[in-house]
Amino acid sequence: MARAAERTGLEPVIGLEVHVQLDTETKVFCGCSTDGDADEEPNTRTCPVCLGLPGALPVLNEAAVAAAVKVGKALNAEIPAETQFHRKNYYYPDLPKNFQITQYDAPLCSDGVLEFSHEGDRRSVRIRRAHLEEDPGSIQHVRDGPADLEARTTSVDRADYTLVDYNRAGTPLMEIVTEPDFREPAAVRGFLEKLEEVLAYLGVFDAGSDGSLRVDANLSMVESEHVADDGTIPEEVLADANRTEVKNISSHRGAETALSYEASRQRDQIEAGREVEQETRHYNETHGNTVSMRAKEEEKDYRYFPEADLPPLRVADWKEKIDIPELPDARRERFRTEYGLGAEAASKLTSRKAVADFYEQVAAEFDPDLAATWVADNLLGELNYRDREIESVTDRLDEFARLIELVATDEVTTKNAEETVLRTMLDEGVDPDTVVEREGLGKAAGEEVATAVTDAVENNPDAVADYHDGEDGALNFLVGQVMQATGGSADPGTVNELLRAELDS
Amino acid sequence: MSESPERVTTEDVEHVASLARVDLDESEAEAFPDQFADILDYFAALDEVPETESEPELVNVMRADETREGLTQEAALSNAPESEAGYFVGPRVS
Repeated sequence: MARAAERTGLEPVIGLEVHVQLDTETKVFCGCSTDGDADEEPNTRTCPVCLGLPGALPVLNEAAVAAAVKVGKALNAEIPAETQFHRKNYYYPDLPKNFQITQYDAPLCSDGVLEFSHEGDRRSVRIRRAHLEEDPGSIQHVRDGPADLEARTTSVDRADYTLVDYNRAGTPLMEIVTEPDFREPAAVRGFLEKLEEVLAYLGVFDAGSDGSLRVDANLSMVESEHVADDGTIPEEVLADANRTEVKNISSHRGAETALSYEASRQRDQIEAGREVEQETRHYNETHGNTVSMRAKEEEKDYRYFPEADLPPLRVADWKEKIDIPELPDARRERFRTEYGLGAEAASKLTSRKAVADFYEQVAAEFDPDLAATWVADNLLGELNYRDREIESVTDRLDEFARLIELVATDEVTTKNAEETVLRTMLDEGVDPDTVVEREGLGKAAGEEVATAVTDAVENNPDAVADYHDGEDGALNFLVGQVMQATGGSADPGTVNELLRAELDS
Repeated sequence: MSESPERVTTEDVEHVASLARVDLDESEAEAFPDQFADILDYFAALDEVPETESEPELVNVMRADETREGLTQEAALSNAPESEAGYFVGPRVS
């Protein structure tokens, strides 16, 4: 872990708990759908199990376990022979059973690692554990009064009561806990981006779904002199530093903002001679700050005990059967060797699986370099400009292949293809041949141009004479004649060259 | 294993009650330690039973990832003491 930080002062030490929703059809312990949309009615995807009704029994979703095993493999984690579930007891309206089914001392994954790049450096963060659990429901804080519900929705400290929706309750969650290996808030962002990339490659995560990634972070400050060059910090120094837990982070950018704020808040405390209080703080996304929350339960207060309704899970028997696809790092390296791409193009094309898949299909038919330029630069650039994702065009692969073919076979100029055909295809959803025909962009066939050049020279003896007398305008006049004869579809540069060759011969 | 278990104190009772969001008045909080002691003494008899190793009868019980019909909103809310606009009404939280 190469660091450029100065040797004096205080440095933040950060560890993360990342909660990701696993993208299954049904909830982790019951058959209710996980497929909700933002404006769905509350409490319409529930059953006795996820409502915690008496006597209802959970049954584990095999797909959730398979997804968790994939995550474990991708993180190079150890997956034990046997794992089990525990009950974590606490009382909050989002938890209908008054306990959450989670994992405690036998998590599905432990001792993993995730590599990512930050400001051009390779970083490596150790994963302490990753386990499977159920998502709680969602809560809305409301004030009394006659106004519309929306107008009465407020913050937790101003509310008179809560409204609870259990549609989300029971969605499979994976909690991924890192070691305190981060030394800068900005690196957290790079880590989260990479984690999402990997999860998306595994096909276990839908980044577009609201609340699909939530982060809690631990942060403390240590004297820089205790931080070794490789970023390691003695255990006793870490144990001594008071730390806070920052909750309610829901985006990559939010993580960086929340932790930058929290680091400077703690630095101010310490530099003013005050002790940092060990507490839980809530990140306020609107204000970009963190505020103190109620005193939280300590770990022993959760009274973890084994979940007797779920038998143990012997994953050893079948974890070998669960395959994971090629991951972003490996694919990037393969793109460099197999297609001869540069580092930048290779990482641009592999950071999202859908983009990489799209590229490989195009590269199979055309020169990989040309395909890389078209996908990485032109297509992604135009999509980005329109705030659109690659998914909006993945079913139009044939049309993009045709566009590249038109350029590769010299039927359309690169300029026209980039500036007119591609943009019109994206904006109007039409195929490239339609655009070329409608806009008259087809490069005239070579023979047609050659004939037009010969005709222009034969039919305009005065201009030819002027050309030989060194008159500048003559050549332009002849080019104009050819362009007119070919309906503007000839490439002016080519016409220029052909005319000169004809005239000077 | 035969010595009597550690006694539950009034502070323990108050702490657990606060975690469980249960309001106990002072007399209740003071009455519970004796009751807990009686209950724990009674169950201490189990310490005399020899431990046996037992394998769990079931392992790897799982279901396929297939959607099943759940409850309607009306049915889901039918046992709730109070509901509003399709939501369960809960207490304010801190």
